[in-house]
Amino acid sequence: MSSLPSAPAKVPIWRDVRVLRWLFQIAVLAVVGLIIYWIWGNYQTNIERSSVQTDLRFLDNPASFTIPGNDFDQSSPVRAAFVQGFLNTIQVALVGIFFATILGTLVGIARLSKNLVVRSIAAAYVEVIRNLPLLLLLTFMNLAVVLQTFPRIEDAWKPLDLFVISNRGLAIPWFEGSAGQLGLLVLAGIVLAIIVVKLERARADRVGRPSRGLLLGTLALTIVPVIGWITLGYTWTLPFVDGRGTSGGLRLDPSFFALIVALVVYTSSHIAEIVRGSILAVPRGQGEAADALALSNSQKMRIIILPQAFRVAMPALGNQYLNLIKNSSLGATISYFELTQIAQITVGNGSPAVPAFTLTLLVYLAISLFTSLFVNYFNRRLALVER
Amino acid sequence: MITWLRRNLFRTWWDSIMTVVFGYVGLWVIWTVIEFVFVTGRWEIIQVNLKLLLVGRFPDELMWLVGASLTALAFWVAAVAGGSKIDISNRQSLSQRLFDYIRRFGLIVALAALLIFLAADVAALLLALQILGGVVAGRLVGLARRNVGVLGAIPSIIWHPMLASPAVALVLVTLMESTLEEWGGFLINFYMAIISIVLCFPLGVLLALGRRSSFPIIRLVTTTYIELIRGAPLFVLLLLAGVALEFFIPPSIAPDAIFRGVTVFTLFTAAYLAEIVRGGLQSIPKGQTEAGKALGLNTTKITYLITMPQALRNVIPAQIGQFISLFKDTTLAGAALNILDVLNVGTAITKQQDFLGQGLIYEALAFVALLFWVGSYVMSRESQRLEKRLGVGVR
Repeated sequence: MSSLPSAPAKVPIWRDVRVLRWLFQIAVLAVVGLIIYWIWGNYQTNIERSSVQTDLRFLDNPASFTIPGNDFDQSSPVRAAFVQGFLNTIQVALVGIFFATILGTLVGIARLSKNLVVRSIAAAYVEVIRNLPLLLLLTFMNLAVVLQTFPRIEDAWKPLDLFVISNRGLAIPWFEGSAGQLGLLVLAGIVLAIIVVKLERARADRVGRPSRGLLLGTLALTIVPVIGWITLGYTWTLPFVDGRGTSGGLRLDPSFFALIVALVVYTSSHIAEIVRGSILAVPRGQGEAADALALSNSQKMRIIILPQAFRVAMPALGNQYLNLIKNSSLGATISYFELTQIAQITVGNGSPAVPAFTLTLLVYLAISLFTSLFVNYFNRRLALVER
Repeated sequence: MITWLRRNLFRTWWDSIMTVVFGYVGLWVIWTVIEFVFVTGRWEIIQVNLKLLLVGRFPDELMWLVGASLTALAFWVAAVAGGSKIDISNRQSLSQRLFDYIRRFGLIVALAALLIFLAADVAALLLALQILGGVVAGRLVGLARRNVGVLGAIPSIIWHPMLASPAVALVLVTLMESTLEEWGGFLINFYMAIISIVLCFPLGVLLALGRRSSFPIIRLVTTTYIELIRGAPLFVLLLLAGVALEFFIPPSIAPDAIFRGVTVFTLFTAAYLAEIVRGGLQSIPKGQTEAGKALGLNTTKITYLITMPQALRNVIPAQIGQFISLFKDTTLAGAALNILDVLNVGTAITKQQDFLGQGLIYEALAFVALLFWVGSYVMSRESQRLEKRLGVGVR
């Protein structure tokens, strides 16, 4: 009986695990706090010594530079420059993500093609592009392609008379009329397309026929804006060379063009690998079942394989979109007026560096967080609901 | 033959159209590249500026440092590769192994041969032989560790730093020995990447452990750091380090542009590496930790002896992928910090008196692209090979 353990003695406080755990954490917090305090102290002394601004008042100063392509002028405040830079970054991001996804998916599918030629070309594309630095591609597009190979405006290339390509940029056919109305029409088209797809899916479920939602939806999406545009009496314009520039159509800045092409090519090579991996991750039985149902190859891809592949690919794709957005900051190296370039110029013009770059970083952080929220939402929608 | 053609190229009429169209495009690209490389390309610009492109204006009397550090690096890599216990190549025949070596390192050897040919210099040949010597010595040391009991008994945590330290020390000395104006070229990209990889590795592992720790405050601190860094573009961080670092540290210890770059690369890659390692740790079954507990090991020993080795092994391909992108991203330091890295040198040499306005940017950028491409491609192939050999995803 005497060997029975007695009630555990009270653990002394310096051996108590709970206390030790908190002590350790407080110690780490103290170290981190000390480092931040040290940095903050340095910051205070250094700005006092060099007497620079620390707040965001510089945003109201005149910018004293111009941004081509809009009504921003030298007397506009720095604030407006940042807004314009933000919009340009968003523009590059949206256009880039759109084309990179399409190109990447196509190349990814092509890598698994049964056709030897298609397969090899896709593989070569991915292996060459993926292993090159993005900045090199960008420099190549800017210095070698746009500035050196594109002709001067006097002897611009005019393929089919639809485009005007010169070292002053690229001009493409575009709608003529107010952008607001076009936006409204497109919105109406999207709403109608969603309704049509929903109805068509319900009908297909009812009668047990394959849904033609994609076809009808695309039709609704294109027809509504086109008919609306024509009934409103607007037209479209073709670009043409006009003296030292182009008139009509939509003019794309050479730096915008170079940045978009470099970003799309680079990101698509990464997306292609993701798409390929995701297609391979779809169980073989799914494809075989599609074959057994006598679906055509494109039906098999579109209805059976790709939807399941994108479920797997979504998180990785989201990462690539984030990378593309962050990589758009390289536009600053070829003087495209996106956020980073604006920050660099205003700092060069005497705006305080620390607030300006902190602001820039916060904007990128916000864009990143917003994008990952969006991707996560999509991911949840796509995710398999398990029992 | 006909069957093969039909099966691979002309399955359906649509397939035939694709074959013809893409075949034409492919042949046209290949033809253009061949014509550019052998006929129209004017490679004097590379030949004349070879040294600038590779090492910048590095002083001649210190060139032995470059050779020594490269040799030490080759020794290190070869010793680590040769010492790995998972090796199936012994079972293959000699010709198979030879073929395997050619496929793995043929590109590097070809690039080295091209550089020696362009340099047309005995010193370059000697340097190559010296590096080859480093590789052979490293391989022998690796073999010795596997076969000689005494060496094999040295624990990894001592063995690996012992192999790495001469290389790292020599690279650091090389980076510090000469001034920024003298530094430049491909070597600076390479060395910045090496130093950042070595430095970010322990930091990334610690951050990953912190993010999975059971201490809420530590989790909060590390998670905040990782997410803040991952939400920021590398280029802006480099710009910030270039313009604003003086504000955050005493001006007396403000480092030069190269070390600013290395610092940013280290802090940046550590955050990404932490996420990779965290993924590896999450892939370890709970039973492993529980088995460790059953053996009476404490948390530190479980991490160090059981979970971390497996986690790091499982994510080797992802780690190498991160290091490849770090290697490619070193070009950003050239743009953001005005370091004369190989891309900056490449665009600058087209503006030299002798080559100005002759449209030689294609030649210059093609050479730079070749250097990066061979490096990244060989690394990614090796990582795929490792992945297969380690049986990740199979076992």
